[in-house]
Amino acid sequence: MSETATPWLLEVRHLRKSFPIRRGFNRKLVGTVRAVDDVSFTIREGETLGLVGESGCGKTTTARCILRAMTPTSGEILFRAADGRIVDLSPLSRAELRPLRPQIQMIFQDPFGSLNPRMTIFDNVGEPLLVNGLRDRRARLERVAALLELTGLRPEYLHRFPHAFSGGQRQRIGIARALATEPRLVVADEPVSALDVSVQAQVLNLLLELQTRLSLTFLFVAHDLSVVKHISDRVAVMYVGQIVELATTEDIFRHPRHPYTAALMRAVPAPDPHAPSGDAALAGEVANPANPPPGCYFHPRCPFTTEVCRTERPVLREIGAGHLVRCHRAEELALTGAR
Amino acid sequence: MTPPVLEVKDLRVHFLLDEGVVRAVDGVSFDVHPGHVVGIVGESGCGKTVTMKAVLQIVEPPGRVVGGQILFRKDSAPPVDLTRLSPRGAAMRAIRGAEIALIPQEPMAAFSPVHTVGDQIIEALRLHERQWRPTGPRLSRHEAREMTVDLFRSVGISMPDQRVDAYSWQLSGGLRQRAMIAMALSCKPRLLIADEPTTAIDVTTQAQILNLLRDLQRRHGTAIVFITHDLGVIAQMARYVVVMYLGRVMEQGSVADIFHAPKHPYTRALLKSIPGLHVTPRTLLPTIAGSIPHPLGRPRGCPFHPRCPDAIPGVCTERVPALRPVGPEQLASCFLYHQEEAAEG
Amino acid sequence: MTARPPVLAPETAEDRLSVASNWRLVWWRFRKHHLALLSALVLLALYGVVLFPDFVSTQDPEATDARLAFIPVQRLHLFDGARLGPWVPAVAGKRNPTTLRMEWGVDGSRKTPVRFFVTGYPYRLLGIVPAHLHLLGTAAPDGRERLYLLGTDRLGRDQWSRLVHGTRTSMTIGLIAVTFSVVLGVMLGGISGYFGGVADVVIQRLIELLQSLPTIPIWLALTAALPRDWSPQQVFFAITVILSLVGWTTLGREVRGRFLALREEDFVLAAELAGASRRRIIVRHMVPTFLSHIIATSTLAIPAMIISETSLSFLGLGIRPPAISWGVLLQEAQNIQTVALAPWLLIPGLVVILSVLAFNLVGDGLRDAADPYSQ
Repeated sequence: MSETATPWLLEVRHLRKSFPIRRGFNRKLVGTVRAVDDVSFTIREGETLGLVGESGCGKTTTARCILRAMTPTSGEILFRAADGRIVDLSPLSRAELRPLRPQIQMIFQDPFGSLNPRMTIFDNVGEPLLVNGLRDRRARLERVAALLELTGLRPEYLHRFPHAFSGGQRQRIGIARALATEPRLVVADEPVSALDVSVQAQVLNLLLELQTRLSLTFLFVAHDLSVVKHISDRVAVMYVGQIVELATTEDIFRHPRHPYTAALMRAVPAPDPHAPSGDAALAGEVANPANPPPGCYFHPRCPFTTEVCRTERPVLREIGAGHLVRCHRAEELALTGAR
Repeated sequence: MTPPVLEVKDLRVHFLLDEGVVRAVDGVSFDVHPGHVVGIVGESGCGKTVTMKAVLQIVEPPGRVVGGQILFRKDSAPPVDLTRLSPRGAAMRAIRGAEIALIPQEPMAAFSPVHTVGDQIIEALRLHERQWRPTGPRLSRHEAREMTVDLFRSVGISMPDQRVDAYSWQLSGGLRQRAMIAMALSCKPRLLIADEPTTAIDVTTQAQILNLLRDLQRRHGTAIVFITHDLGVIAQMARYVVVMYLGRVMEQGSVADIFHAPKHPYTRALLKSIPGLHVTPRTLLPTIAGSIPHPLGRPRGCPFHPRCPDAIPGVCTERVPALRPVGPEQLASCFLYHQEEAAEG
Repeated sequence: MTARPPVLAPETAEDRLSVASNWRLVWWRFRKHHLALLSALVLLALYGVVLFPDFVSTQDPEATDARLAFIPVQRLHLFDGARLGPWVPAVAGKRNPTTLRMEWGVDGSRKTPVRFFVTGYPYRLLGIVPAHLHLLGTAAPDGRERLYLLGTDRLGRDQWSRLVHGTRTSMTIGLIAVTFSVVLGVMLGGISGYFGGVADVVIQRLIELLQSLPTIPIWLALTAALPRDWSPQQVFFAITVILSLVGWTTLGREVRGRFLALREEDFVLAAELAGASRRRIIVRHMVPTFLSHIIATSTLAIPAMIISETSLSFLGLGIRPPAISWGVLLQEAQNIQTVALAPWLLIPGLVVILSVLAFNLVGDGLRDAADPYSQ
């Protein structure tokens, strides 16, 4: 795929989001949590970028900043809108964002909290349509029925309430709602983590099919490497607010260049009893984003630490075609990928 | 072969709701031998958690154990049927925590937020003192604290003498789970029940915890019942696997049998539908059609038949298959292998 | 697709459950509480009286007749001999041989038959339509045959009719005061919880201030400040406003808590991402999720309002005669002599207890039924 042919849809530049820590009676500022600490990446139209990492790595905060569900501390979020203009989303006010909202939508993690329990499926899925001007009830009914069919549900169900549906079905309803306004970018925040194994496969298949059919662009946030591998074109691995590696799916899983990526892959238990287990699990705990270690954030847990890792912060740099790593020793290390 | 520590025979647990009876566990049998890890795997509604609660006799009303036996064997004494013991009686309380210990899913919810983790373990030690130390002088507070610090060290908690005085919410997820494991092992139980112990923690921490459990199990010879929905974890931890669906056992056998030679259509379909690290990316996964039925809407006959690609019309839709051997160590409840047999009830 | 999607009629119980809105689910759960259901019927009956007090009354509640003071309760008998024919002992006058004055009392030997749907004193139905019809009465109410179902007070006023009119005032004040409180509480609590920041701080401090003021002295001060020459209706309105100004704080805090929790819910974020306005999110998404709970809590707040009004009026600081409320009625029974001589004057107290109990039971039932959806 030619890099210059397909235009990018989203470009994130040096995104930062910090949360203040306040203590005491007069709420004195005692520190900051750098939840997102200089994150940059692009997503091309029609592709899926997987954003993977463990708890506290900042992937959910990054996703929410892009959606402008919160305001970034600094950085740019450049979005190519439907009319061709390139807009920086980060400084926009609520009113300025409103016309752009239909173009960026979200699929939530929790199927039980993402639908309003007091509204029917029709009301839930039709909300984005109603709010954006489709007042004719009959037209909305048609559109919602079409969306439900698209996501594998029977259109007759639109008068039912969410409590009548299982987790997997509710997730499909959430997907139908996200697609209602024909968005250009869909941010999926752990959409299958809360589902049973057999249902995960169904929903993942659905997302793959929809992407092909509707030419969607996805930012797929997850903590499960196997799921990310299955659905992404490119993968970004995050650790304590920073991207430590970014490459195509094939590249990153065959030849990871960052020790943390390799460790993540090793830690996933394979569903094969003959696979070797218990080989050198990563020691230590995830670093504290309020007080990260000096130098490379990962160095206390890294088996390949040297002096420079302890003192100097590594930058995200390109070491192969489209393969970015944040590691001082990336060229020297020979790491094993997924078996 | 040494007799099993735990024998579950045809266990049935029903929930009597206003809307109807939910047969949460409907005829489950398996054995746990000393030093072995038995994995119970299944999706939501399969009854694995209720089975565990029944063993510990903590099934909440409107749920009740309505049939079957749970035989627990301590040392060379004759086995005791746990279903016959009063859940709140002294006999069951002596077993719970000391002989059979639980590692729950959410360590944050299992620890009291107003007591230090050390205090809670010391409480357990003193409560069950006469079980793990039948003779000798009573445990002093100082001794109990020393033991707790040692326990923390053995589960890999750094700075144990400081962590003993920490509250559960001051510890990270991994440390909390280790403290929970320390508490479970404090009274040297014969059987450990781990209920999804790594679901709520990160994958790198999970790897550490699984290593720890394997190591402790080898050292102390504790039998473990490992409940999870993650097939990868089961493959790494268990020696014997029980696959449950809607309250019944679909298949059980050695871990090699289940993963390399699964016989039941549900097991096969489940294994195929997991996105693994080795599956080709961006291809459609083979899925199990349909979804798990509502517990009140159990299908007639075999519970899996509406979703089974190999269902035999007229047979699978009418009768419930019994669990029968399909290999030297493997059992399955499926009419593909046993035409004539049907279970009662 | 041009055809409208078909709607499957709910057939099975599971189907009915799946199309059941929250209110229907609440009703189904409420139905199971028999005591609450019974109390709800009692309240409905009481509010029926509130709407048509004159229809239920037997006499003009303000008609005085000093000769007929302290007539005791006339026991209502249902059977006249063997027939079904309600009657009460007649009220008759006897000339006292010593003082030569007419003394009126209950004469057990004579019967006054009781009729239903009789013509009585004129009134205006709902304040508009002139009418004469009453539920109970005698053949000649203005003449010799009188019906005093609950006796009379020291001024010869029929207690039954006064009780009925008092019910109207007391029940209405409770309802209106709570409605004002709810509106205030939801508005201020909502602003506090949804917007946070300075508004939140100001409103919370205001709530704390109001809650730390001792209620009884405040009420006394406020009602004593009411001009003496105000009409009973104005006093009525003022009392209602006073009661609600102090009563909204608890609800306000609860609503704030709910809003704070709801703000983080995914479906609220989904509505924001869809582009919904703040107003729509609050009104259409957030408030309906806890409305049933608010109603349950408010129902439990009404008894407190009723008792507050009754107490104030009892002390002479609330509703004043000639307006009638339960408190005003109980004022008549303030001393031992009256209670000893005419214990039937305490009956309004029983009605207070009955209504408070009924509200509490209904509120409890509603609160249990309004639990959030269980998955």
